[in-house]
Amino acid sequence: MTGQRATPRVGATHASPLRRLLQRGDPFVWLTGSALGICLLMIAGLVAIVLTKGLGFFWPGQLLQVALTDGRVFLGEVVTRETIPDPDRPDRRPRHRIQLHVGNRDLYGADFKWIDEDDIARSGYPLDALYVERREYGPLLATPQLVKRGEQTLAQGAGAATQMLDGLVRQAARDRQAISQIEKGEIGAINYEIERLRLRTRRLELLAAREPGRDVSAARAVIDQAATTAQRRYQGKQQELEGVVAAASSTYVTFVTAEGAHKELRALDLFRAYAANRLSWWARARIYFARLWEFLSGEPRESNTEGGVFPAIFGTVMMVILMSLMAVPFGVVAALYLREYARQGLLVRLVRIAVNNLAGVPSIVFGVFGLGFFIYTVGGSIDRWFFSESLPTPTFGTGGILWASLTLALLTVPVVIVAAEEALAAVPRSMREASYATGATKFQTILRVVLPAAAPGILTGLILAMARGAGEVAPLMITGVVKLAPELPLDAHFPFFHLDRKFMHLGFHIYDVGFQSPNVEAAKPMVYATTLLLLLIVVLLNLTAILVRNRLRKKFQTSAF
Amino acid sequence: MPPHAPALAAPPDSKDVRIHTAVRPRDTPREAALNAIELREVNLSYGENHVLHDITMDIGEKQVTAFIGPSGCGKSTLLRCLNRMNDLIDGVRVSGGVKVKGQDLYAPDTDVIEVRRRVGMVFQKSNPFPKSIYENVVYGLRIAGIRDRSTLDEACERSLRAAALWDEVKDRLDESGLSLSGGQQQRLCIARAIAVEPEIVLMDEPCSALDPIATLKIEELIYSLKERYTIVTVTHNLQQAARVSDMTAFFWLGKLIEYGKTPEVFTRPGEKLTEDYITGRFG
Repeated sequence: MTGQRATPRVGATHASPLRRLLQRGDPFVWLTGSALGICLLMIAGLVAIVLTKGLGFFWPGQLLQVALTDGRVFLGEVVTRETIPDPDRPDRRPRHRIQLHVGNRDLYGADFKWIDEDDIARSGYPLDALYVERREYGPLLATPQLVKRGEQTLAQGAGAATQMLDGLVRQAARDRQAISQIEKGEIGAINYEIERLRLRTRRLELLAAREPGRDVSAARAVIDQAATTAQRRYQGKQQELEGVVAAASSTYVTFVTAEGAHKELRALDLFRAYAANRLSWWARARIYFARLWEFLSGEPRESNTEGGVFPAIFGTVMMVILMSLMAVPFGVVAALYLREYARQGLLVRLVRIAVNNLAGVPSIVFGVFGLGFFIYTVGGSIDRWFFSESLPTPTFGTGGILWASLTLALLTVPVVIVAAEEALAAVPRSMREASYATGATKFQTILRVVLPAAAPGILTGLILAMARGAGEVAPLMITGVVKLAPELPLDAHFPFFHLDRKFMHLGFHIYDVGFQSPNVEAAKPMVYATTLLLLLIVVLLNLTAILVRNRLRKKFQTSAF
Repeated sequence: MPPHAPALAAPPDSKDVRIHTAVRPRDTPREAALNAIELREVNLSYGENHVLHDITMDIGEKQVTAFIGPSGCGKSTLLRCLNRMNDLIDGVRVSGGVKVKGQDLYAPDTDVIEVRRRVGMVFQKSNPFPKSIYENVVYGLRIAGIRDRSTLDEACERSLRAAALWDEVKDRLDESGLSLSGGQQQRLCIARAIAVEPEIVLMDEPCSALDPIATLKIEELIYSLKERYTIVTVTHNLQQAARVSDMTAFFWLGKLIEYGKTPEVFTRPGEKLTEDYITGRFG
């Protein structure tokens, strides 16, 4: 003790323990650590919720049948169980209720039912209860009783009818494909041709109006001839289609619900049927993956709340790629001028500030600009000059994937400019000098030395731009995204890329299904699944860019970095 | 004023005398040597900062000339005047005459690209491009628009041999130039500089980032390159200047203080400043 007092350290003896702690900086480490921890926790929580709710959606659950004390019977998947809030009597034993997904919207009017556990008299898992996915009204939860083709009975009783059902579902899928083949493929092609003939006629009319002396009757006759042939072919196909539909529609299955109600369903409308309580784990997994595949590759039905999201995936990816193709070259060229050619003065500083601030403008403002400038001004002019025959129906004068991509490119170009400028500035001076010293011009130096060395940094800009662009919804809603697009922007008809077409987008799909659909509660899992998919696509797109960047980095690694 | 060196002891303000003594050292190593570079009253300033004052000197052909002096004395800046590298810096003004083989570098109609092709440069820090060894060497030729593969191959081998690097890299020309060691990288940069067949090679402290063995190799290389090229080198290493150079110029505060044959400058410096510097009293 005395020895210690003999050699006092300056400050150490006077500082309080708290002060010493602060000086050592331990709390600062805790602060920074916990800030990072909270961030990670929030991200992990978000991903976990989306992951479980999104992926759990496709898993076929068991069907619980409950008989209530008042005699009513319900069959459904248990969605959740919760305590009934009873603020008046907090001391009482807590009561619970379960939420059943009972389906059968056409019979009950709602997909879900809350049931107090106290009201349940009996409950069980009936083996012959089926979960049937169909074209309309959500799932049907019932037992098949009768299969009829026309007036002929094919199967009677739950057992026999259930056995037939698998075959009927497969047949329905084949029939639907055949119908769609005729409708979208063959009749679609004829329609396309008829529309083109109509436009040619219109063009001739416009020509005749402009030049009154010109004789267009010969050309008219040729077109009319072709139109008549096409019309005849169209009628033939239409008859063929009606035949196929009639043949496929003759088979009916009658179901009996748990409550005893009868429901007759056309076999053509069956999408999937399985005895939920009989399934082995393996069979469940197969259904799970079949549903997942349908989700990824199928077309939406039931106003987007069921079926797949393939058109939305396609639209999202195509739009992001188009956006990148426009934003990156533009941004890099602009950054090159700012960094390499412009005199670094007040003006350039102002431009740089403006570019940075552009990244902070609300996206809807860009959307409005896109609508006003790209669609009405540019698109309207294109229509007047090149597509006057189809007016008043606009071609480019209305929202489309081109304008949406351009609007998003405008939105993301500041990000690219900033990143590219930083990348260009990071190219070491010594490398440029080495190039100049061998007699290279500035242009050659930029092209052969500076740009390759800056490529990884430029790709970082692309990654940021894609992440921002893929998640943006607001500007798209007014520049070309629709709830349901009948055709993809890429198909087999010349010119293959139809940049004027409207498209579907996963972000808008989330909004539409989650908030605009007639049956929000039933569509909720779909929202999660779509969100998960959008996240995955953004990650995948970014991962691709990151892989490319890492390869470039390895290639252009310099001793200065 | 040291009395034992009357030839170089001209007062700084009497330019005529100084030019006379500095420009024509009494006996140059090769009598036939012409002047590769002629500097006449070169002044250079960065904005308000006057860096070089009235530099007048002649640099002999196929000789090694070393610029020495303390940091910030302007020797690197002067070196960069010789291939107009200073053009890359904003706000640089140069006046006076710089002639390379009779061509005025700063004349309005001078093609800077052509100048840099004739006057190559090697930098303090080795700066190979992040490309293959082969592409590094032929960079200047590609820039000049040469596409013929055999011409490029030949130039690559010739330059690498001249830079004493061929035997070490001939089996891995496709590997990145950055995979080489520091000394090899610097020799690669020399090969790149001489691939375009310049008349003059400027070296800005080419060994300052290298270890003694790599330095020795570069010095030997400089010695052998003298056969074909005029070399001007800036160095902080006085022993190196003494070893490799034929002529030595001592700069101080942007002024050329003394210029003469290397042995004389080092053994019998004409100026007190030079003596103080080379004996290590400052700098």
